[in-house]
Amino acid sequence: MLSMRAISKVYGSGPTEVRALERVDLSVERGELVAIMGPSGSGKSTLLTIAGSLEEPTSGEVMIDGKDIAGMSDNDRARLRRRSVGYVFQHFNLLPGLTAAENVALPLELDGIPAQQARASALETVDSLGLTDRADHYPDDLSGGERQRVAIGRAVVGNRRLLLADEPSGALDSVNGESVMRLLRETCRGGVAGVVVTHDSQLAAWADRVLFLRDGRMVDQTVPGPGAESLLAGGYQE
Amino acid sequence: MSIRHALLALLSEEPKFGLKLQQEFEDRTGEVWPLNVGQVYSTLQRLERDGLVASDESHGPQKDFSITQDGFDELVSWLRTPLPSDIPPRDELVIKVLVAVQVPGVNVRDIIQAHRRHLIETMQRFTHLKADSNQSDLGLALVLDAELFRLEGVVRWLDAADTRLGQNPGPKDGKAATAPQPESKVTS
Repeated sequence: MLSMRAISKVYGSGPTEVRALERVDLSVERGELVAIMGPSGSGKSTLLTIAGSLEEPTSGEVMIDGKDIAGMSDNDRARLRRRSVGYVFQHFNLLPGLTAAENVALPLELDGIPAQQARASALETVDSLGLTDRADHYPDDLSGGERQRVAIGRAVVGNRRLLLADEPSGALDSVNGESVMRLLRETCRGGVAGVVVTHDSQLAAWADRVLFLRDGRMVDQTVPGPGAESLLAGGYQE
Repeated sequence: MSIRHALLALLSEEPKFGLKLQQEFEDRTGEVWPLNVGQVYSTLQRLERDGLVASDESHGPQKDFSITQDGFDELVSWLRTPLPSDIPPRDELVIKVLVAVQVPGVNVRDIIQAHRRHLIETMQRFTHLKADSNQSDLGLALVLDAELFRLEGVVRWLDAADTRLGQNPGPKDGKAATAPQPESKVTS
């Protein structure tokens, strides 16, 4: 679903040049949740904005849903973003004047889908997130965890298949953060390719793969191990 | 703490005789781990028997010990090896990082990354168990939380160590690497 090859990003030039990314490769399939970990300044947010075609790489190739971003017109790229890519931010970024269902319907309406049809799709998504009785509440009336669920709904509504999240549970306590990660994982299992960037190991541990970014380079990644039951052999047993 | 590996680390800097090794060991561990010279010599004998150090008597009355390639490989392998249980005591990890800072030719940030990856793989296993389990199983959730918070603490210490080392690479900078250089075991 997402394929990034040899991505480099350089800001500035000469003595002020900053190499934010150096030949980074990243592929994410539908159904898979990938986490990118790294300290501040390691380039992880830059990588995410390039993955979502919000920023262009200095060199390298980005393919979303089999389409090469570089060869597209601005209009085509904007359409691809609207139809294929969803974003989840640390601080939710919901519009305060719209209800939960209206926030979720917004990307569909921006894409030209008639309001009634957009609302029907949004309500379906809101239901699937367990927020049926919150559909007509405004963001101010929702808890932080509920707001982030709405934001995830807005990111995937309309069958979008690439979900990009920047510290999605950073503003939540650990139990609400866990619910958000559980939802992201379930969403990906339903056929979405997910990328989460974070410096938080507990959040990253929800992913199928964790990639480590350091000084703009991908230096390492986790390999899947056996199940966890053996780890608990000496302690709690069901 | 492994005296064997501590002595190999001290010898990775340059050849030394037994009494000097004892003094340096005590100096560098803040004299928290007293070590008698008898222990030093018995350990050196075993290391020599195993081919990990070599001795030289040609420079005077005291035997000079130096690390061999096998000894250096053993040291690097120990530095990188995840601790035997999946739930490592933090102190041993601290010792590995402290030792790695001193060993010439070893990239301590790569050592840190090897342990970080291992810890996060363990956290993934716990988290995936949580993801696949019944959310109403409160006991399991509490046990998994406890493990995850503990492991997260260790990862955060590694992150802080990594940042500090990025700012201040440590004592081995500028020191000539007299030991054999590590081979493929250390990734770039």
